[in-house]
Amino acid sequence: MSIDWQHFTPLTSLGGGILIGIAAGLLILTSNKILGVSGILGGLFKPRPGDAGWRFLFILGLFLAPLAWRSFAAMQAPPIATNSAVLAIAGVLVGFGTRLGSGCTSGHGVCGLSRLSPRSLVATALFMLAGFATVFVTRHVIGLGG
Amino acid sequence: MIPAFSFLAGLIFGTGLCLSGMIQQSKVLAFLDLAGHWDPSLAFVMAGAISVGLVAFTIAGRRTKALPGKASDVSLNRGIDRRLVTGSLIFGVGWGLSGICPGPGIALLAFGSPQAITFVVAMLAGMLIFELTGQFRDLATQNKAIEDY
Repeated sequence: MSIDWQHFTPLTSLGGGILIGIAAGLLILTSNKILGVSGILGGLFKPRPGDAGWRFLFILGLFLAPLAWRSFAAMQAPPIATNSAVLAIAGVLVGFGTRLGSGCTSGHGVCGLSRLSPRSLVATALFMLAGFATVFVTRHVIGLGG
Repeated sequence: MIPAFSFLAGLIFGTGLCLSGMIQQSKVLAFLDLAGHWDPSLAFVMAGAISVGLVAFTIAGRRTKALPGKASDVSLNRGIDRRLVTGSLIFGVGWGLSGICPGPGIALLAFGSPQAITFVVAMLAGMLIFELTGQFRDLATQNKAIEDY
């Protein structure tokens, strides 16, 4: 392992993380809802009466955030270098896996760890391990690159 | 519940994803690439988010205890079961293949690239598969429960 100092962004990453924590805190303290994106999306498939509105509004805010950013400051569109077939497979795995495992990076990784949930600790450890292993295989075993 | 807070939470969350680098596939993959040229930035995202989260959820937890009549969405305390383990592993493989998790997926839609649309449509399809297969899963669990009797 070597550290990629050139792309290392401790301050903006910490600042962005704090914003993510503030958003999660806002949602739990004002609305008693967990900021878990896969759960918020998944709940729209079988919406209970009166339970869809806040989900749509959250997703709308999330979708508009990069556009709002761009109306104040420059931001290049982040390139996605993966080919479409791999992206489609990855998307299905992310969608299915997060629903089966009841959470993703935000629900388990941020909110779950913040409330010291053992389930979320296990989930986060496992999806990170699987992520490390997958990148190791794609980059260093079969050499897919980006 | 006040809907404006939900919208605001989404907006702040999305801004956090942009600022932190979580919406950059290259940065996420560089974090997951321990054997390569490792970028530890995303550990700082988690540290920032969880340090604020710990405070917020501690306050929220106390408040829930103070209001026993108020049911919380938070405390769905199932154990660590096979579903949690399998699902998290499947998600991790998808995350490692793409460098995109659900939140950044939605935020990336704002840039309108075909790749972002492909990813999000596939992700929603994966969620739909979960919903459709859920009936079989529930049925299997019920049968098992009946057999256990």
